[in-house]
Amino acid sequence: MTLLSATALNASLGSRKVLHDVSLSLPSGHLVALVGPNGAGKTTLLRALAGLIPSGGEIRIGDNPLASLPLRERAKRFAYLPQGHMVHWPLPARDIVALGRYPHGATDPARLSQTDMEAVLRAMQAVDVTEFSDRRVTELSGGERSRVALARVLAVEAPVILADEPTASLDPRHQIDVMQKLRNVADTGVLVIVVTHDLGLAARFADHVLVLSEGRLAAQGAPAEALSEAVLASVFRISAYRAEFQREAVIVPWADV
Amino acid sequence: MSVQDFALAAEVAARRRWGATAALLALVALLCVLSLGIGPVRLSPLAVIEALFGGGSDVAQVIVREIRLPRTILAFAIGGILGLSGAALQGLLRNPLASPSLFGAPQSAAFGAVLVIALGLADVRSYALPVVAIIAAFGSVFALLAIAGRNAGLLILILAGLAISSFAGAATALVMNLSSNPFVVLEIAFWLLGSLEDRSFQHVALALPFIIAGAAILLSQASAFRALTLGEEAAQSLGVDVGRLRLFVITGVALGVGGAVAVTGTIGFIGLVAPHLMRPVIGHDPARLLVPSALTGSALLLAADIAVRIIPSTSDIKVGVLTSIIGVPFFLYLIMRERRALGGGVA
Repeated sequence: MTLLSATALNASLGSRKVLHDVSLSLPSGHLVALVGPNGAGKTTLLRALAGLIPSGGEIRIGDNPLASLPLRERAKRFAYLPQGHMVHWPLPARDIVALGRYPHGATDPARLSQTDMEAVLRAMQAVDVTEFSDRRVTELSGGERSRVALARVLAVEAPVILADEPTASLDPRHQIDVMQKLRNVADTGVLVIVVTHDLGLAARFADHVLVLSEGRLAAQGAPAEALSEAVLASVFRISAYRAEFQREAVIVPWADV
Repeated sequence: MSVQDFALAAEVAARRRWGATAALLALVALLCVLSLGIGPVRLSPLAVIEALFGGGSDVAQVIVREIRLPRTILAFAIGGILGLSGAALQGLLRNPLASPSLFGAPQSAAFGAVLVIALGLADVRSYALPVVAIIAAFGSVFALLAIAGRNAGLLILILAGLAISSFAGAATALVMNLSSNPFVVLEIAFWLLGSLEDRSFQHVALALPFIIAGAAILLSQASAFRALTLGEEAAQSLGVDVGRLRLFVITGVALGVGGAVAVTGTIGFIGLVAPHLMRPVIGHDPARLLVPSALTGSALLLAADIAVRIIPSTSDIKVGVLTSIIGVPFFLYLIMRERRALGGGVA
């Protein structure tokens, strides 16, 4: 059943139109990879879906048009992970994760209800960050910080997670870890949409791939069809080496030089 | 790790913060008593407390309750709102170098007040003075945030602040320049120095309502500052209306700083210094820093105002001069510490 849908979605940055009539319909329990060349409008689409920027067209979440929901209600339905895992003050990891309960009215990490505390703990356990609960996030390594950021998003316990390049600037092991964690979350019934440049990760972990090109949906579907030879050639101007390893699909992007 | 461990860790941290806040309160109370006791007639702390509650000699009562109490109340309230404004601006901009004085807010408020006096629109005890000062302060902070835009870096904020405070200074100089009345020029000079001398309960009545309103607005936004730790986008996704928050902070700072400047002139750098002194004790959570920063601001201004009365000198040292003399080197120290962020990655 459809959880999140968009009909004829349009969005602009300043005077430049970034999204052109994007329509999509996504069910819960899916890991969706959003791919496309730089400047295709991936981040803008993610922001528009979360209602963080004004957009034309209609977005529906469950039975509700997004436009009819007040800010607090949107915040409970969409957990948004921006690019870069920005943290401006050196707060302990626990307090950062606890911010995930903000939409539920828990604005003070020192005074969490039992329910909120359990949600925070569950989120921290899901991504293995309980051990540095008391450490300041600014003192953590890039990989550890990205897991704390992920825990913060999980703590919202929203039906939709929107993650903007959660694997950027991570080493290969941590990239796979993060995607696996998001895969696990999707398997619990959450709709997870991940922006990524890594077609290999998209092919391996996603149920569904959205290919965005110049603000339009160029292709969508299961990884094998959405990332077909024809789509890669027209959208990315590349071909790919395809194989199977340990019964999983492998795509290695390739371009002649 | 369990929920119990969690609750315990939160409680230990909370207890430490409460301890620090209680110690600050005690320090502020002590400074208030000292401030009431110091002047041409020195009174012991016990005599001050006695007089305050209606005991002791009539002379002591008049000195404490009528002559010195307004000055002490103003030092407490104005130091407090300056510390609070600094902490709020630092929280909003996620930037440890933000403060009203670096953004030109007090200078602009002073220009507003000076203009009212120079034009003879109102006398120094009319409500027109704080109202115009507040409007000028609002304009300066609003302009600064508009120029800097969203997610502004340190350098842009500081440059824009420099431009705005220079402009306010130039505008004030122009008013002095054009004014033919030497008394007006003298009055303006007093405004630029900043002082708490000879203030009466009329001054308290003039400033306090605005300071209280400004403080209430800033404190009501505390938890939003915490969410902003994750950046504006993430905060918005958590349900914070960032546009409205900005407007609230600008209004709160303008009310507080405008009201304060209207009765004392410009007193700089308390807003910058107070949150920094508290971070090692309270931690970096911008929401929790608000009240301790306000108390530290009160303590700083009370202490500075005591100092100007006991430092031996041929003429009175103005308290605004003292806070700037101490504050500017501190600012330089902060620039040195933040050099990497300012220099764009050059260590």
